Amino acid sequence: MSAEGTALARGAARARRGTLPDRAFHALTLLFALLVLLILSGVVFALISGALPALGEFGFGFLTTQAWNPVTEKFGALAPIYGTLVTSAIAMLIAIPVAFGVALFITELSPNWLKRPLATMIELLAAIPSIIYGIWGLFVLAPFVQQYIQPALIETLGQIPGIGLLFAGPPLGIGVLTAGFILAIMVLPFISSIMREVFETVPAVLKESTYALGATTTEVVWQVVLPYTRLGVVGGILLGLGRALGETMAVTFVIGNSHRIHASILQPGTTISAALANEFTEAVGDLYLSSLIALGLILFAITFIVLALAKLLLLRLDRQAGR
Amino acid sequence: MAVFRTTLLAAVAALGLTGAADAADISGAGATFPYPIYAKWAEGYKAKTGININYQSIGSGGGIKQITAKTVDFGATDMPLKGEQLAKDSLAQWPMVMGGVVPIVNVAGIQPGQLKLDGKTLAGIYLGKIKQWNDPAIVQLNPGLTLPNKAIASVHRSDGSGTNFLFTYYLSQVDAEFKETVGSNTSVAFPSGLGGKGNEGVAALTSRTDGAIGYVEYAYALQNKMAYTLLRNHDGNFVAPEMKSFQAAAANANWSSAPGFGVLLTNQPGKDSWPITGSTLILMHKQQKDPQRAKQVLDFFDWAYRHGDQLAEQLHYVPMPDNIVGTIEESWKHIVGPDGKPVWTGPGS
Repeated sequence: MSAEGTALARGAARARRGTLPDRAFHALTLLFALLVLLILSGVVFALISGALPALGEFGFGFLTTQAWNPVTEKFGALAPIYGTLVTSAIAMLIAIPVAFGVALFITELSPNWLKRPLATMIELLAAIPSIIYGIWGLFVLAPFVQQYIQPALIETLGQIPGIGLLFAGPPLGIGVLTAGFILAIMVLPFISSIMREVFETVPAVLKESTYALGATTTEVVWQVVLPYTRLGVVGGILLGLGRALGETMAVTFVIGNSHRIHASILQPGTTISAALANEFTEAVGDLYLSSLIALGLILFAITFIVLALAKLLLLRLDRQAGR
Repeated sequence: MAVFRTTLLAAVAALGLTGAADAADISGAGATFPYPIYAKWAEGYKAKTGININYQSIGSGGGIKQITAKTVDFGATDMPLKGEQLAKDSLAQWPMVMGGVVPIVNVAGIQPGQLKLDGKTLAGIYLGKIKQWNDPAIVQLNPGLTLPNKAIASVHRSDGSGTNFLFTYYLSQVDAEFKETVGSNTSVAFPSGLGGKGNEGVAALTSRTDGAIGYVEYAYALQNKMAYTLLRNHDGNFVAPEMKSFQAAAANANWSSAPGFGVLLTNQPGKDSWPITGSTLILMHKQQKDPQRAKQVLDFFDWAYRHGDQLAEQLHYVPMPDNIVGTIEESWKHIVGPDGKPVWTGPGS
């Protein structure tokens, strides 16, 4: 091998190894990355070890019973799990179409002078702390819902056999439906600002050529914008769902905090995070505390499953699209 | 509101940390109910002696845990510990100040003190059996009052608390079905109704929900100008919640009947007694490693008993009667240093 060749090889090897500052930086960033993993596994470990006494005592029944009685120390997580899922479902049902409309209006239909202020205002909604939403929900939204929305719902939908059960009972204002409303308003800016951003990434040339072929705005949106931005849209929705599942303070204010499953969504309920926020400070007794930690573990698992499902869904969409 | 409390806690915790080096600092933790008066007393005591008292209002449950773990000088609880638990952890317990729990209502046209209720009816409402404001049971107690045909929204505490304990203990005393199905504890499973966090949460939910009934500490009902109700007491009289009726309940109590003065003042006899009255208690270890420090703690409580009555009444708490204070201070002789001698032998000793 020539001298020139060995020098080159040495240079390449040095480049691979890197200089000392490079290697130090590499080690440092690796350390940070590992730290995140370490914290995550620490949290999981703490949750599991804290939840073990309750899970050992109640077994699988913890997930399927709705008894929550600190006096007799019988605990079941079904009511908070149900509440968490139902409030999030109501929130998504309202927020997704509205967010989609808002994002579409800003990117495709709005006059130029309105775009900036509108987008900024929506983003400001996201900057409002959740406690403010809670106070507003309790003092403004709940009385409004009790006076106008719930009586109307009870008299119309509540009279239909079958789904009428969902809208039965006295109008209390506070309850699962109101919590869903608050959550919808809270997740709306997250979903719509992400949708808006991804809609803006659609190359103008694509849209313009479709218009040139004689397509209407509706057709452009459904045939070009949505397929192009599908990933981002799903991502935005999931981000909103993640926020809705874990939201604590605002929900605690308006959901009524009752460990009971009612068929009617007008009645009070509770969510996992609301139950934790309410009861952690004065949880006397090891089994009580352990049951609360087990609730935390379940919330962790639900969020994990939602994110995992989302990833799977995206993978499948990708494969279908042949990308 | 809850966040406000968290910030307050953080602030108190921060104060505790910065002051940790100062040996003169006394630390306590526990019940949220007496926090305002303990803070007021601490302020007055510091102005007089320069000794700092850090009280963290983390809840009775937390207070019991912290004193058992010996991380604080004293714990505070609204629910008296039973004799066997006091013996197990070698704890001394005594009442510091009293207060009352008051039902509040939000029904259009009903003024404070107009509505009359009794324990059975209250239990019926919270069991979900009495659903309408014009239920015969309520109408019968209020002959002169027009009650609307409106659903009752019962509001209860969603967090564990001494207020909850007093309220459910009283309802269990007067109603067998309530005792059977709900029972009494710092947190219980109510069969119906809305839950609010803290006194402020219950007060807010009640004042914002048309047709609601809730229960809060006396001071909250007063400050928020809520429509409180009259209650029929043990002797059959309708009484209003006020300092006089709380004191009447305390005067009739037999304090020596339970270990650690763990007497509950609910449903006391006497024509003026308010039926839902309670005391909030202090917990301290009987074996003290540092007698000097323990003496400082007891000096503070002695000062509060002797000079704190006016401050307590300003905040609508009921001070302990003087003859009971003597018995309590007598019981402090069981708090001893490593040498087995009582750490506190009298004021100024």
